[in-house]
Amino acid sequence: MTQLALVIDLNVCVGCHACVTSCKEWNTSGVAGFLSDDRPYDRDPTGTFFNRVQTFEVGEYPDAQTVHFPKSCLHCEDPPCVPVCPTGASYKRAEDGIVLVDYDKCIGCKYCAWACPYGVREVDEHQKVMKKCTLCVDRIYDPALPEAERKPACVMACPTSARLYGDIHDPESVVSKAIREQGGYALMPEWGTQPANHYLPRRRTEMRIHKDELERADNPLKIDGLLPKPALKEPALDDVTSW
Amino acid sequence: MNPAFSVIFLTTLIGVGQGLFLALYAAELGSAFELVPPQDSRSFFALGAALALGFLAAGLAASFFHLGRPERAWRAAARWRTSWLSREVIVLPAFMAAVLCYGAAHYLGLPATLMTGAVASVLCLALFVCTGMIYACIKFLQEWATPLTVVNYLLLGCASGFAFATPMAAATGNGLVVPLAAGAVMLSLAAWATRAAALARNRRIKPKSTVQTAIGIKHPRIAQKAQGFMCGSFNTREFFHGRGGQAMSLVKWGFIVLAFPAPVALIAAGTALASVPLLSAAFITQYLGLIAERWYFFAQANHPQNLYYQAIS
Amino acid sequence: MSTASKETASPRTEARNTTCYMCACRCGIRVTLRNGEVRYIEGNPDHPLNKGVICAKGASGIMKQYSPARLTQPLRRKPGAERGASEFEAISWDEAFALMEERLAKIRATDPKRFALFTGRDQMQALTGLFARQFGTPNYAAHGGFCSVNMAAGMIYTIGGSFWEFGGPDLERAKLFVMIGTAEDHHSNPLKIAISKFKRNGGRFISVNPVRTGYSAIADDWVPIRPGTDGALLLALCHEIIHLGLYDREFLARYTNAGYLINGDAASDDYGMPVLDRSKSEEIPEYPRHKLWWDRHTQRPVTCHLPDADPHLLGEFQLPDGMPVKPAFQLLMDRVRDYTPEWAEGITGIPAQTIRRLAHEMGVTARDQKIELPIAWTDSWGVEHETVTGNPVAFHAMRGLAAHSNGFHTVRSLAILMSLLGTIDRPGGFRHKAPFPRGIPPLAKTPKGPEGVRPGTPLGGLALGWPGTPDDLFVDGEGTPVRIDKAFSWEYPLAVHGLMHNVITNAWRGDPYRIDTLMIFMANMAWNSTMNTVEVRRMLNDREATGEYKIPFIVVCDAFQSEMTAFADLVLPDTTYLERHDVMSILDRPISEFDGPVDAVRVPVVPPRGECKPFQEVLIELAGRLGLPAFVNADGSRKYRGYPDFIVNYETEPGSGIGFLAGWRGKGGEKFMHGEPNPRQWEMYAQNNCVFHHRLPRSYQYMRNWNQGYHEWAQRTRLRRYADPIVIQIYSEVLQKFRLAAQGKGRYRKRPPAHLRQRIETYFDPLPFYYTPLETQVTDGVKYPLAAITQRPMAMYHSWDSQNAWLRQIHAHNYLFLNSETARAYSVEDGGWIWVESPHGRVRCLCRTSETVEPGTVWTWNAIGKARGAWHLAPDANESRLGFLLNHLIADELPAPPSLGLPGGEGRGGQRISNSDPVTGQAGWYDLRVRIYPAAPGEPQESWPQFDTVGPVPGSSAARRLWQAFVAGKGEFK
Repeated sequence: MTQLALVIDLNVCVGCHACVTSCKEWNTSGVAGFLSDDRPYDRDPTGTFFNRVQTFEVGEYPDAQTVHFPKSCLHCEDPPCVPVCPTGASYKRAEDGIVLVDYDKCIGCKYCAWACPYGVREVDEHQKVMKKCTLCVDRIYDPALPEAERKPACVMACPTSARLYGDIHDPESVVSKAIREQGGYALMPEWGTQPANHYLPRRRTEMRIHKDELERADNPLKIDGLLPKPALKEPALDDVTSW
Repeated sequence: MNPAFSVIFLTTLIGVGQGLFLALYAAELGSAFELVPPQDSRSFFALGAALALGFLAAGLAASFFHLGRPERAWRAAARWRTSWLSREVIVLPAFMAAVLCYGAAHYLGLPATLMTGAVASVLCLALFVCTGMIYACIKFLQEWATPLTVVNYLLLGCASGFAFATPMAAATGNGLVVPLAAGAVMLSLAAWATRAAALARNRRIKPKSTVQTAIGIKHPRIAQKAQGFMCGSFNTREFFHGRGGQAMSLVKWGFIVLAFPAPVALIAAGTALASVPLLSAAFITQYLGLIAERWYFFAQANHPQNLYYQAIS
Repeated sequence: MSTASKETASPRTEARNTTCYMCACRCGIRVTLRNGEVRYIEGNPDHPLNKGVICAKGASGIMKQYSPARLTQPLRRKPGAERGASEFEAISWDEAFALMEERLAKIRATDPKRFALFTGRDQMQALTGLFARQFGTPNYAAHGGFCSVNMAAGMIYTIGGSFWEFGGPDLERAKLFVMIGTAEDHHSNPLKIAISKFKRNGGRFISVNPVRTGYSAIADDWVPIRPGTDGALLLALCHEIIHLGLYDREFLARYTNAGYLINGDAASDDYGMPVLDRSKSEEIPEYPRHKLWWDRHTQRPVTCHLPDADPHLLGEFQLPDGMPVKPAFQLLMDRVRDYTPEWAEGITGIPAQTIRRLAHEMGVTARDQKIELPIAWTDSWGVEHETVTGNPVAFHAMRGLAAHSNGFHTVRSLAILMSLLGTIDRPGGFRHKAPFPRGIPPLAKTPKGPEGVRPGTPLGGLALGWPGTPDDLFVDGEGTPVRIDKAFSWEYPLAVHGLMHNVITNAWRGDPYRIDTLMIFMANMAWNSTMNTVEVRRMLNDREATGEYKIPFIVVCDAFQSEMTAFADLVLPDTTYLERHDVMSILDRPISEFDGPVDAVRVPVVPPRGECKPFQEVLIELAGRLGLPAFVNADGSRKYRGYPDFIVNYETEPGSGIGFLAGWRGKGGEKFMHGEPNPRQWEMYAQNNCVFHHRLPRSYQYMRNWNQGYHEWAQRTRLRRYADPIVIQIYSEVLQKFRLAAQGKGRYRKRPPAHLRQRIETYFDPLPFYYTPLETQVTDGVKYPLAAITQRPMAMYHSWDSQNAWLRQIHAHNYLFLNSETARAYSVEDGGWIWVESPHGRVRCLCRTSETVEPGTVWTWNAIGKARGAWHLAPDANESRLGFLLNHLIADELPAPPSLGLPGGEGRGGQRISNSDPVTGQAGWYDLRVRIYPAAPGEPQESWPQFDTVGPVPGSSAARRLWQAFVAGKGEFK
């Protein structure tokens, strides 16, 4: 069975929000739209987004990391939001594992949002239905798009390619390999939701320099003749003993 | 969670309706076994059933205010196999129909009121379970994920229903005041005990989710600096009530006093003095207490999604 | 979404390629229109710059296109209305042009310098510069003097190239990447793409920055540093690398002036200059190349680069005529001797141990992980090389180094460090982008005196140039500046980008003279593009006793209602980037890649809103009306129908074949770089993703400072006049010439006036040195203990994105970030209101504690705070109510520090100096020193200062804003 998912590489995410607004512009015009905004030019502007980039600080100065953390629907393999939906509007597709909301069935009771530990569902205050990431289901199967562009808008946009996309049930896929080889993990594993989206941790490249690497025979100072040499007249053992 | 008044009224009003029906049916059963004096079908049972229906209908009406698209509410019956909410949506009207039949049977003097009442009672209890399980089944809302949630819905509903039935009995001048008052007092005391148990339990809850599990980084010191937007979203409006510890404490002590000792005392006094106003005051006090209780029930639930929405910058 | 047919119903209806302009990065974009409305903007996968990616700003272009803050009609200030009150009446373009024509024609016929044209974050300096030059005014510049001129000047005067448009780190091949003083912006998408690949390839990434955000967030190591002290760090790194012998000797000897013998005879007129071999004649007077080495093999002085010769880099020698000389490298070694890591620790706050480790990592990586590419090439001295060598240590730096009053020498220190490591235009190091490298200095020059400015005549030179000697300065006989901003005067001799930040103050004061008309394009001079903002706003509105404004006429061209438009007498509504033709020309700042020149165009994808007109068209029209020679035929009739026609047909000189665009030239589009005009050039660009990319042969792609093949190609394509080598100046001959002039030596006609002599002598040191930034020198460090800086968030560009409904949800107001220890020390609370005070002013703002900021530093996102009502936001918008602008605290002028040796006392030329780098005039706006304290409990919970509300202007009514707010809730844009 296919389970499409995103794998987010925190090792390269610089927190630029490209995925946030690319998602917004695609989906406000796509079948998942619209994504309304309120008070866009007034006090306290707010709106519906499927994807947000957050910032966390880990550690204490100076051993502190800034972690940019994009978050959208994780398309759980056991999505708690689906069984609680009273109308069946919230569903998980058998064929590719995408969790979707059927706006025509949604009654806007918000119970699915309560049942999601990750806070990735947002009610559209104007359409009055629950909305969420669709993994750009209207892009990824669109035959009008070139094969290479049949990916979620956020994946296409991401300048650091921190967003990998593919089938995590296919062990040979880019995402499966990344999860396997780079320690991909799921969020809040304690609830057994088995999120399909995974995150790749920070990886640190270090460099160790041995002392002898600083004292090499090919030191150019030798050519330039300025390695410090004592003056011949300075005291030496020759002056003090005859053995 | 940010308490929604539509849901607060839904759950408290149907609770009263359910408790009231159970009080009626208990009275009928009691009289069948000659434990309490029999009552008039019309002036007591039919009226009571009508009032219970009124509470249920009011609760149902309140629930519509919670929906974004109330015109589609009928769709909510579709997923009864998996969703406690869907089950509630089926059981609530079924129970209302049963109460209607029960009341109508009494009103029209038809037989089989006991059978009808039995069916309604089963539906009533099922409704308590559905309502409670809507909350108790969300395992990561740890404050709710306990059998105590169902027990509390049951006992609080029953207590408030009996507390309503008592002045009703007193007003219609029948002999059920004392047994109903006793029931109301006992149920209130029981509810007090189980609600207190839930409070005690919740005080000791250690959240399973932490910011560490939320973002998958193992470090003792992690702090959010930006949640990705600055002026609020559904996530901040739906899951944060924004009240400080002092307000929470005030509501908690308010409901503990209003829902339990105050009505118990008023019922005792009202029964002793045979005062309908005092008994009515007991119900009103308890109902206000239950509104506070329900507000607190929602507000106290700390949704793990909140870990993602701690700071703006 | 319940049916399959819905899933495939994509919004795509019509897609057109053009080039983004949500920041200065200039990515290729594909714009999808539905019924003529812009619905989707994505990266163009076939574009060499961004390869299909896009950023948060680029993907929000729709909300800029349909912003209610758009200006839609030419506006004239209502008679009697005050400047700044934003009271305008709509006029026709005919009226606007007539108004400008009359005024400007009069100025041009009398004294052209009374017209000043300054532009902001524009990308059309080739055209604006041409217009100014043809008009005859020297008073033209873009915003570089405020932005990052130290980066350009410091690098170009050292290695002939610089970062961003002109060159960058080759992260494809680098093993170690050191980023210093770089914030989130500038070349953002290409850099993001490159850093990500670099990290995934296992490269090691070190970030030196007071703040850890953005790129620094994903660095393997973060080295926090005190702002303005980068020079000390870089010099200590040079010290360590030289003293351990970790430098690339071969590179220094052959490709830099390290081995040149420097005249040590203090009495000589050429003291401190490389000794020339007088027996040889110089072909190119600007770039004499016969200098002397002391040959190691023969132990005698020889002309540099003689075959088989190898210079001594260290030592002390005597020429046959008795002149004492030292190789330049010896002088550098002497200079950095005392710049030890321990010395730098006290200044930068970085432990000496860390500085040593950094130096060792750089030196060992450069030496031991060499790259050899099998690419044959020939150097400028005829030596054939079988391979190209790379020392894979790459650097990137930007405004964090530049925007300090010691930035020029800091940037030069960086360029020297990069040269010591042998990383210039080599694989894995720094790589040039065409048209760079240029000669040191580049040949472009301004007129050399006021005689270059004559009525009715084009300027006798370029408005901006690259002085090579004191005689190149643009001053009169007394040394008085000719330019209003005093660029290329003795105060700021190498002000190669001008000093936009001085213009309003100087014009208001009449120092050096008064002007009549100030035309501002896309620069928010009444807000975030200025220092001393409150006073500048007052100056814009200040009048003579006669009642006339001190700056009599202000024309502002912008697409949006900014804080600046309110102060205009005439507002010209510009189009957005989606509504116009535009070029990213090699004559300006192209988007070249390491492997060859790239230029690009914009083509309109939607018609202009209202009466918006591209500023380019305004200039072409005005130039025609004023009869500027390059824009009219011999009979005075207009030469160009409009901007597209101009771009196709303009040639720098008749028949030169050089125009604004390099691609698809020649009659049929068969030529590139130069060739006859091609009438179908726009079409061909549009068919080719709006971009032209010429890939050089591999043997021309590296070592371009000294690559004979490349130079000959560049000469043939007229990219350069000469094909001579560009020798890296670790010892700056240009700086020494200025110093000699100050010392009364040398054969220079121009000498600094007495009060500036010591200043020139001090700061025109041919070797890099560290000095405390000027503002720090004159500020009480006990009273104002903290450094305050700003940076730009990745999701916003300058001030112009607060009108963007999507982006402002991400940054609606700003906080002052400070280390949690610092917060404790000053008793301020996370999320609380505080006062930030500099010697110049104070600001009330919200603060946020952080672990990722150096404890002596506070910082905020730049230009999020807005004036009430500006950008057509509600008067109580978060930007104005809670947001704040740090610029209010930054002084544009300082009391002169003693180090400048200026005479004391009040008055002009006396006690006060511009808060700028004394070499380049770069605004020192990152030098700010502040103190903080909590706001009192009863104070209003809003930022301070607040300004009067700017009302809506005709054509951008409140009704429109309300309508757009309403439809935004319905997913519509307009």
